[in-house]
Amino acid sequence: MSTYSLSETGAGPPETATQGLRDFLRVSGPGVAASAAWVAFGLSCLLWEDVGDWSRTHSLGIGAFVVAAVVLLGTFSADYLGGAGRALRIRAPWLLALGLYFALWEVATAKFAWLPLPFFPPPQAIIEVYTDDLPKLFDSVFASVKLQLGGYLIGAALGFITGVSIGWSRRVGYWVHPVLRFIGPLPATAWLPIAFFTFPSSWSASTFLIALATGFPVTVLTWSGVASVSSAYYDVARTLGAKPSFLVLKVAIPAALPHVFVGLFMGLGSSFAVLVVAEMIGVKAGLGWYLQWAQGWAAYANMYAALIVMSLLCSGAITLLFWTRDRLLVWQKGVVKW
Amino acid sequence: MVAAAEAITYPAAGAGLDVENVSHAFDIDGAALPVLQEVNLVIEPGEFVALLGPSGCGKSTLLRLVAGLERPRSGVLREDETRITAPNPSRVVVFQDPTLFPWRPVWDNVALGLEAQGILKHHRQRVDDALELVGLSTFRNAYPHQLSGGMAQRAALARALVNDPKILILDEPLGKLDSLTRITMQAELVALWQRKGFTTLLVTHDAEEALVLANRVIVLSERPARIKADIAVERPYPRHRGDPYLAGLRRQILGLLGLEATW
Repeated sequence: MSTYSLSETGAGPPETATQGLRDFLRVSGPGVAASAAWVAFGLSCLLWEDVGDWSRTHSLGIGAFVVAAVVLLGTFSADYLGGAGRALRIRAPWLLALGLYFALWEVATAKFAWLPLPFFPPPQAIIEVYTDDLPKLFDSVFASVKLQLGGYLIGAALGFITGVSIGWSRRVGYWVHPVLRFIGPLPATAWLPIAFFTFPSSWSASTFLIALATGFPVTVLTWSGVASVSSAYYDVARTLGAKPSFLVLKVAIPAALPHVFVGLFMGLGSSFAVLVVAEMIGVKAGLGWYLQWAQGWAAYANMYAALIVMSLLCSGAITLLFWTRDRLLVWQKGVVKW
Repeated sequence: MVAAAEAITYPAAGAGLDVENVSHAFDIDGAALPVLQEVNLVIEPGEFVALLGPSGCGKSTLLRLVAGLERPRSGVLREDETRITAPNPSRVVVFQDPTLFPWRPVWDNVALGLEAQGILKHHRQRVDDALELVGLSTFRNAYPHQLSGGMAQRAALARALVNDPKILILDEPLGKLDSLTRITMQAELVALWQRKGFTTLLVTHDAEEALVLANRVIVLSERPARIKADIAVERPYPRHRGDPYLAGLRRQILGLLGLEATW
């Protein structure tokens, strides 16, 4: 009876096999290919001798095989892994590309030196930095995060308060607006030489500069946000008995928040730039300083390692900001889709 | 505290409104553009008065003066015996646009007035009651962008009513609704007014709406607005749209507005 129903749907037993294979390839093919790419990466580590002296080549090859095994097992059992399984299937093409890229990188640097050493270190050299230079790298991350967070929070808070004040009060605007126009567009890094002389410590100088870089966009966008609030909202609130403090805190600020977050985002970007430059020039700690130090020793693997960490931190900070915004501006969904 | 406790039981009878010799003008490029000219109007407590006039004649300006959002150039407005100098929750406006705060769910929008006056904590029930009254209880947690036009205007009405206004000021509140929703909400407005007894001042450009709702229709002239006619509508509620008496009044009003040819 099953034969009958199958032939009814137009797929006889001979075709079912090829159909099944096609389905399997469509769903699991990228995962299997990704696993193969990582096997290739592992083999590329182990098949040839290194042209230089790196201690993690063998471990890296084993690690690549482990990744390949995990991807393969995950692909076959994706149906039972829920969200992780779905994510693996979606990311499989990326895993494939990464495996091929790493294999190519390994061959082009460590094995045949197609790219000139030491400017293009192999993956195992960067792994080596993470395992052997971890304490120093960790200290640098901690110093950078501390400096960035302090400066950013101060700048964002001051910028927000200034922006609300200018947007709300004509008298504050009269005095602050010209100063803002004069100082704001100046890149914060232009202050570096003066700041490092006039501030008591390089830490306070850098904090000031990061706060400055953050504060300008936050101020301008908060200001424009408050200024663009529809007067109809104020009319409604006033007829319902709202006092000026209510108008600022419960009408102007919530209405301006979408603008404020654009300012916070822009401030984050420019403050990263200031942070790295400040650490390279004056501060004796942090990832910028680590980069500079590594360059002094021609330790190119350390530079790439620090760059990767820096990129993860900056990207993580922006993700955190967006996450906060989506929580706070949940009412905006449907009005504006991000 | 006593006053607040009374407020829960909705004792609100309307207040009287006295507009005395009020003139007003706007500054347009340095020149004064007169909008209202020596308007005199006495409204008894509990009346439902419709202000009807050509577009741009200054009806809405008069409402803003009554609400206390602006001060007149000359003349005096009084609520009962008190001179109107600033907005007060005893006179609440419902605007043509619902102007709900998009960042607040419906419940919080309705609670706005009580929150602004600092009495929300002890009167949360009033918010629930107001939502119940306009039939939006199930949408209390919805955001304004999730509401239809009629629902949003109902929420705006609840936001006004929760304050137990003595004078409800309606600035073409049904102007942007589709005709079916409009007819339903007209009936709801009359029912609310009869139940609560507040004084109602309605600005509209729709003669039929004015006649179905109000017991007094004030016809205004072109800008600067002066009172052209004060027409009593002596008909019980609910009124029938096809009532020949109302049709006669409608013809008379349209004639006053210079539209007899089109009728």
